[in-house]
Amino acid sequence: MPVSPETLQALETVFRDCFDNDALVLTPDLTAADVPGWDSLRHVLLMVAVEQRFGIRFGTQELAGLKNVGDLLGLIATKQKG
Amino acid sequence: MVEDRALGLAWLARAPDDFRARLRQAAAAGEGCGPALRRLAQYRLDALQLGHLAAALRAAGPDARKDLTPLRLALLSDATTGHVAQALIGSGLRHGLALEVTEAPYATAAQALAQDSALSAAELDVVVVALGARALPPWPEDPTDTAQAADWLQRTLAHFRQIVTAQQRAGRQVLVQTVVRPPERLQGSLERRLPGSPLRLTAALNDALETLPGAILFDAAALAETVGLEAWHEPVGWYTAKVPFAPALLPRYADALARTLAGIRGLARKCLVLDLDNTLWGGCVGDDGRDGLVLGQGDPLGEAFLEVQRTALALRRRGVLLAVCSKNDPELAREAFATHPEMLLRPEHISAFVANWDPKPDNLRSIAAELSIGLDSLVLLDDNPAERGLVRSALPDVAVPELGADPAGFPLQLLEAGYFDVPTLSLEDRVRAEQYANEAQRRDRQQELGELDAYLRSLRMVLTVRLFTAVDRGRIAQLINKSNQFNLTTRRRTEAEVQRIETSGELVGLSFRLADDFGDSGLIGVVICRRAGGGLWEIDTWLMSCRVLGRRVEEGMLAELARLALAERAVALAGSYLPTPRNGLVRDHYARLGFSCAGDRTDGATHWRLDLAGWSAPDLPYVIERPA
Repeated sequence: MPVSPETLQALETVFRDCFDNDALVLTPDLTAADVPGWDSLRHVLLMVAVEQRFGIRFGTQELAGLKNVGDLLGLIATKQKG
Repeated sequence: MVEDRALGLAWLARAPDDFRARLRQAAAAGEGCGPALRRLAQYRLDALQLGHLAAALRAAGPDARKDLTPLRLALLSDATTGHVAQALIGSGLRHGLALEVTEAPYATAAQALAQDSALSAAELDVVVVALGARALPPWPEDPTDTAQAADWLQRTLAHFRQIVTAQQRAGRQVLVQTVVRPPERLQGSLERRLPGSPLRLTAALNDALETLPGAILFDAAALAETVGLEAWHEPVGWYTAKVPFAPALLPRYADALARTLAGIRGLARKCLVLDLDNTLWGGCVGDDGRDGLVLGQGDPLGEAFLEVQRTALALRRRGVLLAVCSKNDPELAREAFATHPEMLLRPEHISAFVANWDPKPDNLRSIAAELSIGLDSLVLLDDNPAERGLVRSALPDVAVPELGADPAGFPLQLLEAGYFDVPTLSLEDRVRAEQYANEAQRRDRQQELGELDAYLRSLRMVLTVRLFTAVDRGRIAQLINKSNQFNLTTRRRTEAEVQRIETSGELVGLSFRLADDFGDSGLIGVVICRRAGGGLWEIDTWLMSCRVLGRRVEEGMLAELARLALAERAVALAGSYLPTPRNGLVRDHYARLGFSCAGDRTDGATHWRLDLAGWSAPDLPYVIERPA
């Protein structure tokens, strides 16, 4: 699923606000292990911020299936289309 | 950034887009950053921003806290506590608190009993007991069964009581969070009728939490109702991460909790300062004249402004001072205030009335000085965004709620901000708290000894019974008018009516006091009986303080009543249970005392009878005294 540059930029802003890091750059294979402060606690708030920014809701299974930022971008694109 | 509307907190100004940059700037001031961090906390911040603020406070070190009020607390919860802790520390700054939070998550009600090792070691000022409905014992099998419902309530309340007294023994103030009911209703409107439904039981439990010894309530259930249960609950969050409620509500919840903690520390605000034009009435008195102002019934805007005045008046009745601060011609303003026929507020309600052309910050300073209170005790209600902004920047200690354009929203925005929230109302409550502390010591014994009678005997209780006398009249009247739960017929009487019973030939009034090794509980029971003729004594009133539940006191009360009746050759006692929303506790009171049911009505009232021939009082584990 192709991801628009607007979506990528918007998501990057959400990440930067979440981790208080304006130098953070999103790549599809970025995972929690790569970002300081991305623990399970912060993850909950990150997902809520993504939901609110894009006006979407994630289901239980969907959240469990996310392995990296690429998966997240794909999920956002799917939900925006549908 | 997050949708502002989703956050609620409508009384706070929108956060600047460069919040994080400003935070970095504030933090760069090092140990002097306390006031700057507090200023940033005044904005409407989301959970992530509150977390960054909390991190900045932590990084700034102990000296940053010197202008703040410190408070060490523990969060005891069945859920994840990390998010609440961070949001709470950030929100605490808004209220002048430097919070240190110890977390005790994932506890069931039973586990919370046993002191967690982290909690027992910690030096704490306050423990917040935040349990959700999932932490409670399972709902009764049969929701129509009142006895099962009463049993569930007693057991669940006992769990809370044990947690509270365990923490109090460790010298901590306990803040008990009311339980938010699950949003799901099994059978819609039927749920409210079933005594054992989750809806009814959570309501009964939350009401009963009021009786917990010395605990202060944090009403999360009311907050959840305000934002809506569907917005509050978040099952996905619970299943994936044991998150207690929708994370979008973290800022709202944390602000309310921080405000309650500030109230405990005496930081609640004391004075509401009111602007006049377009705040208390529509229009400007300088331009429109007194008779051109919009105020009063029959006009939508006029009614909205009336409601604002009504709200101010209601706050005044609760002890909040009112002041006026208006940019206006002084004579015009005073005249309109005093003589406009629709005004609900009048000069006698206003402790300081300032109307002139001086800048508002100067006027607020003089109002504070005139009333001998600090600027941090003031709240300014002003429809004008420019004035609000000016006061906020000149006087950061004054609370200035953001207001929408429509006065219809003013009352809720002002009240939901909770500037004047206090944990308890009166000295009476504080004295009662001391009695409750004695109660806490008694319960410690209960755990050691186990079996009830042995425990009760060890208390060396003395139940003292007296006929109604003048000396007890005030307290008897108070019990009669305030008891709701252990109250069979909820018949209210004035002090004058209580007095008449002292000398009545028809009515017999008995009052009961209880004392034991740990102290005097004072007057805790009242029975009023009518000599109905034909050997029948009808029990008009039977009530007891919930503080002495579980001590077999009601059996002693019956024994005394029966003894008196038998001495006058009565043959039977008759009693009634008149159900109310709050006295489900005593539905089976007469059954438990050995009365037989003599009939019932469709509204749930039941009638009972005890034949005195052949009846004898049971052995009771205490002494009954009957002073002459």
